[in-house]
Amino acid sequence: MNEIFDRVRRVVAENQQIEPEKITIDSTFEELEIDSFDGVNLLFGIESEFDIQVSDEDAKNLRGIRNVVDGVERLLNERKAGGGA
Amino acid sequence: MNAVNSDCRVVVSGIGVVSAIGLNRERFEDSLRAGRCGIRPITRFAPDRLQMKNAAAVAGFDAAAHIHPKRLTMMDRFAQFAVVAAREAIADAGIERGDGLRAAAVVLGSAAGGKTTEDDAFRELYGAGNPRVHPTVIPRSMLSAAVSHVAMDLGIQGPSFAVSSACASAAHALGQALWMLRSGAAEIALAGGAEACITPGPLKAWDSMRVVSLDICRPFSLGRRGMTLGEGAAVLALETLDRARRRGAKIYAELAGFGMSSDAGHLIQPSADGAARSMQAALRDGRIEPGEVDYINAHGTGTRSNDATESSAVKAVFDGHADALAISSTKSMHGHALGASGALEAAATALAIRGSFMPPTVNFTAADPDCPLDCVPNKARAAPVRAALSNSFAFGGLNAVLALKKVE
Repeated sequence: MNEIFDRVRRVVAENQQIEPEKITIDSTFEELEIDSFDGVNLLFGIESEFDIQVSDEDAKNLRGIRNVVDGVERLLNERKAGGGA
Repeated sequence: MNAVNSDCRVVVSGIGVVSAIGLNRERFEDSLRAGRCGIRPITRFAPDRLQMKNAAAVAGFDAAAHIHPKRLTMMDRFAQFAVVAAREAIADAGIERGDGLRAAAVVLGSAAGGKTTEDDAFRELYGAGNPRVHPTVIPRSMLSAAVSHVAMDLGIQGPSFAVSSACASAAHALGQALWMLRSGAAEIALAGGAEACITPGPLKAWDSMRVVSLDICRPFSLGRRGMTLGEGAAVLALETLDRARRRGAKIYAELAGFGMSSDAGHLIQPSADGAARSMQAALRDGRIEPGEVDYINAHGTGTRSNDATESSAVKAVFDGHADALAISSTKSMHGHALGASGALEAAATALAIRGSFMPPTVNFTAADPDCPLDCVPNKARAAPVRAALSNSFAFGGLNAVLALKKVE
C-alpha cells in the first residue's frame, strides 16, 4: 500500500507539476486542480508506471488519490491472481 | 449597401517574433539590419540519417521561462512560439487586457501543426514498440492549437480560427484578419503564423523532395541549391487606423491590401502567372500604384525554380518599374519557416517601412541572369519604403500577397 502510494504520488507530481508534499492519500482531484482531461493525462502516467490498463468505466469513477491507489492495487492483485491460475 | 467598409484602414501597431535570428522583435530587427544569418548545424537531434545538416532553428528558447509547466504539457513547440509572440505583439502595441482585447480576433497560419509532438509519439509507437500513445498528442498537434492557446492565454473571445495553405498560411491568415477588421467583425486582431517542424521524420521527408539546400540558402543567387527550413512565429497586432490614432498608438505601417490566387497548375512547380495575379490583386485591394512600391519581401525560397519564376512575375507586374524597386528574401536569414514565414516576412516588411531600410538577401554570391532584379545583396540598405509587398507562394499553387504602406 505504502509503496503504491509513493509511486502514485511521484507520478502525480511529475505528470501534473505539483509539489509532492502537497499530495496526500486523502487529496481529491479538485483540491489538486486536476480537471477531467488532466485526469486522462494522469491515467496515462499511472498505466505506464504500473504497466496496467484502466478501463474507461473505472477511470470515470476516480475522484482522488485514494481511489487511484486502491484501483492500482486491485488491478495488480487481479493480475497476480490471474498469473497464478 | 455593401457590408464591407473599404474605407476602413487597418494598421500594424504591434509585432511579436520568435525566430532563428531573434527571440523578440527588437533582436529580429537588429538581425535584419545586420544581415545576420540564422542557419546553423542541426543540434536538437543527431542528423546522421539526413542529407541536410543545417536549419534555421530557434536557439535558446526557454518555454518554461514564459509558460507554466502544467500548461506546457499541453503545448507543442509551435503553440509555445505563438503564445510568446502574441504576448509580445500586444505588449508592443500597448494594448491592455481590459482594452477591447476580449473581443479581438485571432487568426494564425500553420502548414503542419504540432509535428514535433506527432513525430515523438509515433517514433515511440512504431519505433520503440511502446503500445501507449500519450493522450495529449491530439490536442497538442491539431493545427489550430496555437490559436486556442493564444486565445486562452490572453482571454480573447472574438472570432478565432487557423488558416492552412502550406507556405502561404500566415499571409492568408493576415489577409483574413485584414478583411475581418474592414468588415467590422473585430476592431483588433492578432494575426500571423507559427511553425515548428525541425524534427527527424518531417526533415527526412523534406530531404527526399530534393528542394532543400545541403549547405545554405542563397536566394536569387547564381549557384543557389534550395531552401533551408526554419521555424518560429510572428504575430502582428492589427487594428483600425481610427482606433490606433484615438489612443495615440505607435504605427508601423498600414496593412493596406491583400491579394490571393491559385495556380491551378502543378502541386510543386510554381507558376509566374499565378504569382503575378496575386500581386496585382494585392495592389488593387490596397489602391496602390505599381510605381509606389519601393520594396518587395520575396517568397524567395532559394530554389532554382521559385526565384526565377518569382522574378519573371515581378517583371510582368511592374514592367519598367521592376528595375527601380528592390526585392529581397529574408528567408536567407530566418529560413523557410513554412506556415510562419508569411508572418515573419510581413513583420520584416512593416519594420522596413517604419525604419526606412531594406533587409538584405544574404549568402548572395553572384547575379543570376534568370533573376534580373535588385535583390539587396548581403547588406541592408537605408532607404525610404513608401509601399511594399510581402509575397507568399505555397506548394500547391496557393498564393497570398500582402501590401503594406507607410502611414503619413
